[in-house]
Amino acid sequence: MRSSTFVICALAVAAVVFGLSRLIESEYFFFAGYVVLQYIVLATAWNILGGYTGYVNFGSAAFFALGAYASVAIHKTFPLPIPVLIVIGGVISGLVGLGMGYLTLRLRGAFFAIATLALAVVVQTLITNWDFVGGSRGAYILRPASAPLVGSYIEYLFLIMLVLAVAAVSTARAIERSRLGYGFATIRDDELAAEASGVPTLRLKLVATTLSGAFMGMAGAPLPYYVTYLDPASGFSLAYAVNSIAMPLVGGTTTWIGPVVGAILLGTIQQVATVTISSAVNLLIVGLVLIAFVIIAPNGLVGLVQGWFAKRTT
Amino acid sequence: MAETLLEVTDMTKRFGGFVALENVNLTVAPGERLGLIGPNGSGKSTLVNCICGTLRNENGSVRFAGQPIDNLKTHERTWLGLARSFQLPRPFVSMTVKDNLRIPLMYTVDARSTSRLTKDELDGRCAELLTLVGLADKALKMPRDLTQVEMRKLELARAMAAEPKLLMADESMAGLSHSEVAEIVALLIKLNERGVTIILIEHIMSAVMSFSQRLAVLVSGRKIADGAPLEVIQDPEVVRAYLGQ
Amino acid sequence: MDIPYELLINAIVAGLLLGGFYAAVTIGVSISFGILDIVNIAHPAFIILGSYLAYVLNSRFGIDPILVSIMMLPVFYVLGAAIYQTYYLSFERRGHEALRSLAFFFGLLFVTEVTLVLVFGVDYRYVEASYIGPTLHFGFVDLPLRMLVPFLMAVAMLLALEYFLARTFIGRAINAVAQDQVALKLMAADPIRIKRIAFGISIATTALAGALLIIIQPVEPSVGREYIGRVFAICVLGGLGSLPGTMLGAVLLGVVESLTATFYGPSWAPAVAFGFLLLTLAFRPAGILGR
Repeated sequence: MRSSTFVICALAVAAVVFGLSRLIESEYFFFAGYVVLQYIVLATAWNILGGYTGYVNFGSAAFFALGAYASVAIHKTFPLPIPVLIVIGGVISGLVGLGMGYLTLRLRGAFFAIATLALAVVVQTLITNWDFVGGSRGAYILRPASAPLVGSYIEYLFLIMLVLAVAAVSTARAIERSRLGYGFATIRDDELAAEASGVPTLRLKLVATTLSGAFMGMAGAPLPYYVTYLDPASGFSLAYAVNSIAMPLVGGTTTWIGPVVGAILLGTIQQVATVTISSAVNLLIVGLVLIAFVIIAPNGLVGLVQGWFAKRTT
Repeated sequence: MAETLLEVTDMTKRFGGFVALENVNLTVAPGERLGLIGPNGSGKSTLVNCICGTLRNENGSVRFAGQPIDNLKTHERTWLGLARSFQLPRPFVSMTVKDNLRIPLMYTVDARSTSRLTKDELDGRCAELLTLVGLADKALKMPRDLTQVEMRKLELARAMAAEPKLLMADESMAGLSHSEVAEIVALLIKLNERGVTIILIEHIMSAVMSFSQRLAVLVSGRKIADGAPLEVIQDPEVVRAYLGQ
Repeated sequence: MDIPYELLINAIVAGLLLGGFYAAVTIGVSISFGILDIVNIAHPAFIILGSYLAYVLNSRFGIDPILVSIMMLPVFYVLGAAIYQTYYLSFERRGHEALRSLAFFFGLLFVTEVTLVLVFGVDYRYVEASYIGPTLHFGFVDLPLRMLVPFLMAVAMLLALEYFLARTFIGRAINAVAQDQVALKLMAADPIRIKRIAFGISIATTALAGALLIIIQPVEPSVGREYIGRVFAICVLGGLGSLPGTMLGAVLLGVVESLTATFYGPSWAPAVAFGFLLLTLAFRPAGILGR
C-alpha cells in the first residue's frame, strides 16, 4: 500500500472513530481517549529512534514537557491556536533532539541513553527555576469557552490528538518502507558494518533523534489545555518515560503497528486502573509488564503473532 | 591513473600501553593482489581498521587514489572506493540476503552518482552479485539461516556491492574446508580480474600462496617483509617469526 | 568580588566530605559498568532500598544504620547475583540486546521506586544515631559528624575493595574478565561465575551506600533518580573501572555541587551533575568503539 493511500485510510479510520465517539455521550471517554492517543504519538515517536535505530531514549519526558511548557510560555504572552502551538512545540523539541544528538550520538548507545536521562533532569531543573511559567508552583491555563469546528473543547483536543496520531503513524510507516528505514535498520543491526557499507550513520541518527523529539514535543503542546494546571512534577512525570518505552517494547519495536498496539493496550488498561486502583499501582503494573516482556517476549506482541503465523505455515 | 592506489605511511596505533602497530608502511598498486600474513595479534585487523577509519591511529597517514583520507569518516572512505569484509561476518540480521546487498548499493553507489538507481537496477545488480558468489538461491533467506561458508560469501558480496576500487578481505576463510577455501580464492581472483585491487589477510598459506602476487608479513605490529611470495616465505626472519610456529 | 572566605572554605570542606560519599555510591557502578560493561541504571534504586532497610530496622529496633547495612551485605550480594543471572540468561547470551537490557534495568529502577512509594509513601524518612547532630569545629571550619562518619566509612569501603581487587585471586579474576575471557578459562575460572560475583559485589555496595545516604540526608523514593546522573557522571569523569579515578571524580563533583548550592541555591544542585555528565560525554573522544 502506498504511503498516500495509507494516510487516506488512516484518516478515514480516524473519522470513523471520531464519529462513533460523538455518539457515546460521555465526556470521560474523550478525556481518556485523549490520553491513549497521546500515548500513540509518544510511543511511535520513541520507536522511530529506539525501535528503528536501537538508540534508547530515557528522557521522553523532557521533549514532551518542552512542548507543553512552550505552550504555557506562549499562552502567557500571546495566545495562539493549538495547531500553531503544536508546530512550535515540534520545532523546539526537534531542535533540542538535534542538539543533544549532535553532542552524544557519536558515542556508544549506552552513553546516549544515560545522556537522555541527564537531559531530562537538566530540563526539569531549568523549568522548575523559571518563574515565568510558574516554576515549581505550576501554571494555570484557562480553556477557551468554545472550540473551533466541534463545540466542546475537550472534543476539539481529542480531534487534534487524533490527527496528530495519524500523522505520527503515517510518518513512521513511510520511514519503515523507505531507504531511510533500511538505513536505520542497519544502525540497529550492526553500526560498524553499516558504516563500512557506506551508511552515514551519524547523519541518520540525527534525523531519527530530531523526528522523534519533534513528535514528542508536538504531543506535549496541547497538554496545558487538557490539564488546565501544569507543574513540573506532572509535566515531567516518570509515567511518560516508562510508558514511551514500555508501549513499543510490549507491542513490538520493528514496525509501526507495535507502538500503536502497545499504546492502546497499556494506555487503556491504565485509564481503567486509575479509576479502580491507585495510580501508583497502575505504574507498578506497567513496570512489571515491561520487565516481563523484555525477558520473555523480546519482539513484543507483534513478534509473538508473527512467530505464531510462521509456525503455522511450516 | 595513480601509480599507487593505497599508500600507508608510518602508521602507529596504541591501545593504552600496548603498541598494536608501529611505523607500518605499505603501498598497493592498482589491480594488485596483495597477501598480508602474520601471527595472531600481529596487528593485521588493526591495520585494516585504521585504514578504514574504524579506529584512529596515533601517527601516520593514509592516501587513497592520490588523496589523503585521514580526516574522512568510514562511510566516506567507502564512498571513495575502499571496502572491507569483516573477520567475523557481520551481516544485517534483520533483513534478507538480498537486502543486505541493497544497502551498499543504496548508500554507496547512489552516493557517488547524481542519479539514483531504480528499483529494477538495484534488483538487477543484487542478482548479479548473488550469482557471482553462488548465493542466487538464497536471496530471500535470512542471514541466520546460512551456513558458515555462505555467510562468508555474503560478507564478501556485501563488500563488493559497494563497487570498490580496493577490497580488504579480512580472514574470510578461517574454519573452512579445503574445497571451500578454493571456492573463495577462485571468487577473489574473479573479482580481481574485474578490476578490483585486493588485499587478502589470511592464515591459510595455501590460499595466500595461490592468490598473492606480492606478500607482506606483519609481526608484533611491524612489517618485517614485503616482496615476491616465494622469496618472502624463505626469508629467515619470516620463517623464525611466523612460519616456524 | 568579595567572596566570604569562611563560607567558601566550608563549602569546599562540605564538598570534599560529600565527594567521599559519592564515591561510595559510585563504586558499584564502576564495577558493573567499568569492568562488566553492564549499564545498570537501577543502581541508585538499590541504594534507596538500602536506605529504607536501614530506616526500618533503625526505627523499629534502634539498630545503628551502618550496622544494619553490614548485616545486609550478604542479602544484597545474593540479590545482585540473582539479577546478573537473569540478565545473562535473557540478554548476554542472546546477543545484540542492548536495547532490551537497558529497558530491563530501567524497569527494575522504576518498579523498585514505585514499590517503595506504595509501601512507605512519599514522606521523607530519616534515621537516628548518636553521630547525627553533633558537629566538630576547627576554627571556623565545621565538620558535621553526619557527613564525616559516612565519609570515613566510604573511604574504608573503597580501600577494602581496592585491596580485594588487587590482591585476591577472585579480585584479579574480576579485573581480568573485562579483558580476556579466554585467559580466564585457561586459568580454570568460569567467566560467568566471576561476572556474577562481581555484579553481586556491585549490588552489595549499595547496601552500605544506602545506609550512608540516609545518615546524610532524609530519603524518599524519588531521591534515587538524582543519583543516576551523579553516578554516571563520576564514572565517566573518573575513568571507567578505576577506583582512584572514581574517588577523584566524586570529590570534584562534590565540591562543585557544594559551591553551587552555597552560592546559587540548592535547587540548582541536581543540574550540576547532569550538566557535568552532558559536557563530559560531549567531549569524550569520538568513535563508535567507545572506550
